[in-house]
Amino acid sequence: MTASQGTTGLILNEPLLWERGKPGRTAFSLPRRDVERKALDPRHAGPGPDFPDLSEVEVIRHYTRLSQWNFGVDTGLYPLGSCTMKYNPKTNERQASLPGFAGAHPLLPDELCQGALELMAHLQELLAEVTGMDAVSLQPAAGAHGELTGMLIFAAHFRNKGEKRTKILIPDTAHGTNPASCALCGFRPVALKSNERGVVDPAVVQELMDEETAGIMVTNPNTLGLFEENIQEVAEIVHRNGGLVYCDGANMNAVMGIVNMKAIGVDVLHLNLHKTFSTPHGGGGPGAGPVCVTRQLEPFLPVPRVVQEGGAYRLSQDFPLSIGKVHAFHGNFGVLIKAYSYILSMGEDLKKVSQLAVLNANYIKERLKDVFHLPFDRPCMHECVFTDKKQQAHKVTTLDMAKRLMDYGFHPPTIYFPLVVHGAIMVEPTETETREDLDRFIEAMRAIAREAQEDPERVRQAPTKPKLRRLNEAEAARRPCLAG
Amino acid sequence: MKEIHELNLAEDVRYTQDHEWARLEGDTVVVGISDFAQDQLGEVVYVELPQVGDTFDKGEEFGSVESVKAVSELYMPVSGEVVAVNEELEGAPDLVNKEPYGAGWMIRVKPEDPAQMDSLLDKDAYLEHLKGLES
Repeated sequence: MTASQGTTGLILNEPLLWERGKPGRTAFSLPRRDVERKALDPRHAGPGPDFPDLSEVEVIRHYTRLSQWNFGVDTGLYPLGSCTMKYNPKTNERQASLPGFAGAHPLLPDELCQGALELMAHLQELLAEVTGMDAVSLQPAAGAHGELTGMLIFAAHFRNKGEKRTKILIPDTAHGTNPASCALCGFRPVALKSNERGVVDPAVVQELMDEETAGIMVTNPNTLGLFEENIQEVAEIVHRNGGLVYCDGANMNAVMGIVNMKAIGVDVLHLNLHKTFSTPHGGGGPGAGPVCVTRQLEPFLPVPRVVQEGGAYRLSQDFPLSIGKVHAFHGNFGVLIKAYSYILSMGEDLKKVSQLAVLNANYIKERLKDVFHLPFDRPCMHECVFTDKKQQAHKVTTLDMAKRLMDYGFHPPTIYFPLVVHGAIMVEPTETETREDLDRFIEAMRAIAREAQEDPERVRQAPTKPKLRRLNEAEAARRPCLAG
Repeated sequence: MKEIHELNLAEDVRYTQDHEWARLEGDTVVVGISDFAQDQLGEVVYVELPQVGDTFDKGEEFGSVESVKAVSELYMPVSGEVVAVNEELEGAPDLVNKEPYGAGWMIRVKPEDPAQMDSLLDKDAYLEHLKGLES
């Protein structure tokens, strides 16, 4: 194997800000006062917050040092399955920071933000085209928020028809937020066991689908990284019984421009712009979870909606069946700009993104399946799921191997998810990794499999190279320290 | 993780297929999870238990146990009313890992029908069940 990417280096320790500084130090100057001096309302007076007094250089070094402890997709391969931690081209950041967009106040009247409204209208059209759906709302702020919006649309649809339906079918390979989203809207989630091929069995849907069931909430591709190959048959059964089909599109990176979601029977779909359409999301946001629907459900989309009239755009509230507003102003607008910029800059190659994401995952799967147990040995989509079954005899677990991967200079994959696979190791390489980087990752994984056999203690002791060794996750969960 | 032959399977309890155990003590039944369950879950960080006075049917969910890996539901081995819950677990959930059949107990139940205990697995039958899961 070529030299490991992971080395040790001088990493500086850094205390909490509260342990730094001296009273009286400061790092800012107030601008010149241009209003009358006035006494403070006593209601607002009192002891200030407990902030440390710091100089500029202390603040800069503090955050620079913390940033050096970080590992992100700009540092190296980040194969966190189910998260699509793909590289986000920097041009998207540039467009999002254009002063006309970045400086626009959300309360500007329509006639003064025509460009922003046009971008939203055009992005909606593009997302509809990529997914095959009819109409789009950009308001939801994240994936689970999109699910909630979708379920509110389900509820509004059945209320409008005067039907009372109380249950939703959710496969065991769906995303974990799905049951919560449907429960929040008053539906009872009913678990669907996937079959031996790791996908939904139409016969099981047929059995459970009755007039009290509002429909199915399916993640496709599912969390095993498999395409729900029976989706059309499942959708037919659901529709025949008056139900609707919700698709969690968090895994859209595998099928952009390839699967026409409406044609396979999906009624509502959400996208994660911060995964598939290139917004950095390792820090937890902001995100955007647009909801795409069929023509039949369009009247229920959140308001306000952008409409075009006589060559001008305006925001309209005039949709009486709408579920209302789900986010202040226009959603997380910065994320929308990045997605728009990404789609336009990729052009027709957007389809190739999905093809390469799937190819890369299958390449890893084929090159590792002789050393790691592969529970579903069949072509995968954008991610593949291994387990630690072959390493169990040596008492080496998924967690140990994930930690060891850090010593080789890679971010660990997703582990112990999906729950339907025992000891899961879920690898999603994404489309942007080069063949050389994929090979380096594969070599590292193979080296770890060898170590698990020949020197298991070494794997159990990992990681040894990062700034901190193995953290006590249980203690952090049992007694979290949340104070500064 | 433990091999099957390394598991501590208590003799004085009955087991469910979902890996709870139940021990008859006087006219009440004490309930917890097996050594296999705690080993599979990994370090337990939180146990959600019902209120005293709640009643559940056999097989109904009475709480959940959260580990660093996952959250798993807890199912009633017999029908009955909860007469006590192990309050120690709130501050020390790791008792479930350390002493699954002792200090890591979860609830005490007044069974509706003590004969339901006979429908649960004894140690040998549970061991067979675990071997079945292996293959």
